[in-house]
Amino acid sequence: MLTAILIMTGIALVLGAVLGFASIKFKVEGDPLVDQIDAILPQTQCGQCGFPGCRPYATAIAGGEAEINQCPPGGEEGIRKLADLLGREFKPLSEEHGVEKPKAVAVIDEATCIGCTLCIQACPVDAIVGAAKQMHTIIAADCTGCELCLAPCPVDCISMEPIAETVDTWKWRYPVFAIKQAA
Amino acid sequence: MLRKLFSFHGGVKPATHKDQSTLDPIAPVPLPERLVIPLHQSVGGQPRPLVQPGERVFKGQRIGAADGSLSSAVHASTSGLVRDIVPAVMPHTSGLTTLSVVIEPDGEDRWGELDKVRFRSTPPDELRDFLRDAGIVGLGGAVFPSHLKLKPGKEGALQTLVINGAECEPFITCDDMLMRERAGDMLKGIIAMRHMLQAREVLIGIEDNKPQAIAAVQAAIAASGETGIEAVAIPTRYPAGGAKQLIRVLTGIEVPHGRRSTDFGVQCFNVGTAYSIFEALELGRPLISRIVTVAGNVDAPRNYEVLIGTPMDHVVRLSGARAGTDRYIMGGPMMGARMPAFDVPVVKATNCILVGSPALFPPPPPEMPCIRCGECAKACPADLAPFEMYWHSRAKNFGKAQEYHLFDCIECGCCSFVCPSHIPLVDYFRFSKSEIWAREREKEAADAARDRFEFKNFRQEREKQEKAEKLAAKAAATREKVGADGAATATASGGAAPAKPSADDAKRALIEAAMEKARQQKAQVQARNTDAADPAVQAEIAAIEARRLASATPPTDSPPSSGA
Ligand code: SF4
Ligand code: SF4
Ligand code: SF4
Ligand code: SF4
Repeated sequence: MLTAILIMTGIALVLGAVLGFASIKFKVEGDPLVDQIDAILPQTQCGQCGFPGCRPYATAIAGGEAEINQCPPGGEEGIRKLADLLGREFKPLSEEHGVEKPKAVAVIDEATCIGCTLCIQACPVDAIVGAAKQMHTIIAADCTGCELCLAPCPVDCISMEPIAETVDTWKWRYPVFAIKQAA
Repeated sequence: MLRKLFSFHGGVKPATHKDQSTLDPIAPVPLPERLVIPLHQSVGGQPRPLVQPGERVFKGQRIGAADGSLSSAVHASTSGLVRDIVPAVMPHTSGLTTLSVVIEPDGEDRWGELDKVRFRSTPPDELRDFLRDAGIVGLGGAVFPSHLKLKPGKEGALQTLVINGAECEPFITCDDMLMRERAGDMLKGIIAMRHMLQAREVLIGIEDNKPQAIAAVQAAIAASGETGIEAVAIPTRYPAGGAKQLIRVLTGIEVPHGRRSTDFGVQCFNVGTAYSIFEALELGRPLISRIVTVAGNVDAPRNYEVLIGTPMDHVVRLSGARAGTDRYIMGGPMMGARMPAFDVPVVKATNCILVGSPALFPPPPPEMPCIRCGECAKACPADLAPFEMYWHSRAKNFGKAQEYHLFDCIECGCCSFVCPSHIPLVDYFRFSKSEIWAREREKEAADAARDRFEFKNFRQEREKQEKAEKLAAKAAATREKVGADGAATATASGGAAPAKPSADDAKRALIEAAMEKARQQKAQVQARNTDAADPAVQAEIAAIEARRLASATPPTDSPPSSGA
């Protein structure tokens, strides 16, 4: 028990240090506009916008090389925020880049998984744990729902499941009332 | 002695409808067939289930353990058999389910062993743990775990302990009846709380439309001989029972936006909470029942002592629901929430089951445009500008709504009550608040994803670098070995090589070594191939080989592309 705790603490400390180091080493020299755009993007890192991740897309927008309506996970609201920030005209989500979907997480069918590690390599946020020839599993809290792990799986055992609503995430609906008839 | 009272901003005076339900004393409720006890009944973490389906439980047995400090335990309300632990529809507007313990009563209603505590001789930390494990939470509606509020604060002593018996919302009379019938025991709970908080004075605020309750509490105080405890009649005006409003009325302290009353030496508890603290400490009974008002569209409105987990319709039946009943509202008409079904369980937060019908609560007239009359701002007890918050909420401009202190809105409903345009302002504020919370959660998730993405990139970069370093190290090792070999050959063949081979020489040596190796390999293969040939053929091959070698030697300084 004690050793387990010590090991876990050790791992936590090492990873913490590495993360801290990474945040310093890979700190992109502050282009404030790119940062602002990146803060609006949903960080799903799915690449549907045509760029390898949200930050490259943010850089492209800032450089005037990309439209603001290429990010399906960000949806209409994301486009509105970008339009506000950049003083550009709002335009609907470009269809060639995909459609807005309800948020989902990937789930691995553990009986079918052959432990090939291909999905681990595909996942942009390291949300999949597993080792070669061992069953893999997805940390739902870390999964962004980018779907990048679906295609590489040779046995098609990964599926997307919409996130169920709980009392903590339930939202009050926008009040809707009948419009009074004009006399 | 007459106290000087203060007044809070705004407020309204709706019809109270409190008379009918106070005619009869609090009545018990026969055991229902099934109790459905949600594990998550208070603010904070969801308690862990402690029982298994099929297990027998005693009345008052802990079935859910508090999960961390911001959480509160849950108990079996009667003795019986645990049928199941399943998600069941909870008394919440959303109609969602939550993990609940289903108990089939055995009819004996038998208590388990009860631990009592002498609060004067027990250390405060132990007392707080005891109250957490007894499942004591605020019964005024907020269901905040009480043990967390029973800390005296930085100075070690509180100035004023405010006990909330105002009960300002129409139809609800459970606190009124509790004070009338159980003032003495409630006072014992108050004395224990005062001890824990080291409070200098205790003020019990009761709206002046409850003369019997005020008299009962005053009599109890006189009988106890305690000093520094006073029952104060306050003017009847909704929402006098809001914590900040009651504190303002009794002490004159205006708690500013975003601050807590404890910063000003005041803490506030509901009378029902005081009574349940008495039961826990002096009788050892955890919180397994509460007083619930049944009112509205029923024949005989009344208060009942209801076991937690009892289906609401089981209780309403005793008062006789009238024809036309189409909904239950948990709480009052101003702040209550519509229930998704009739058989949802009574929980610790259920102070009232208001039975509704289209005749009693007709659908609201259609919403009209805001005319900016300012009535809502005049009525708002939190001193906000509801029409501004409405404007921005309607436009889904949440940042702006927050600038107008949206989160200081206590959802009291005064603004909707007075609005001449019948705008359901509170609905807009609830909508805005939950949207803002959802955005905050999304933002947190996005930030975490960004960190993880950057870390993954860093990790890949690092792995690439490590691989490159490994390769370089290997190449260096080979180079060294070859360098040594080359030097040896050079010395053996006449010492033409310089004493210190430069990088260029090393490269050439490397290439030569590789070619030499290839040549040897080829020779070996060919040797094997031609082993069986007759001498004439062998001689011919040797001649050809010699020719080929002679022609192949010169271009040693144009290295082949497949170097080491
Ligand atoms: S499309 Fe995917 S990768 Fe591109 S910005 Fe949106 S979430 Fe990020
Ligand atoms: S688990 Fe799959 S869907 Fe989830 S973040 Fe990783 S790659 Fe994307
Ligand atoms: S009371 Fe109604 S109409 Fe008047 S300002 Fe407020 S929201 Fe507008
Ligand atoms: S519901 Fe909110 S905005 Fe409306 S009166 Fe009450 S506190 Fe003020």
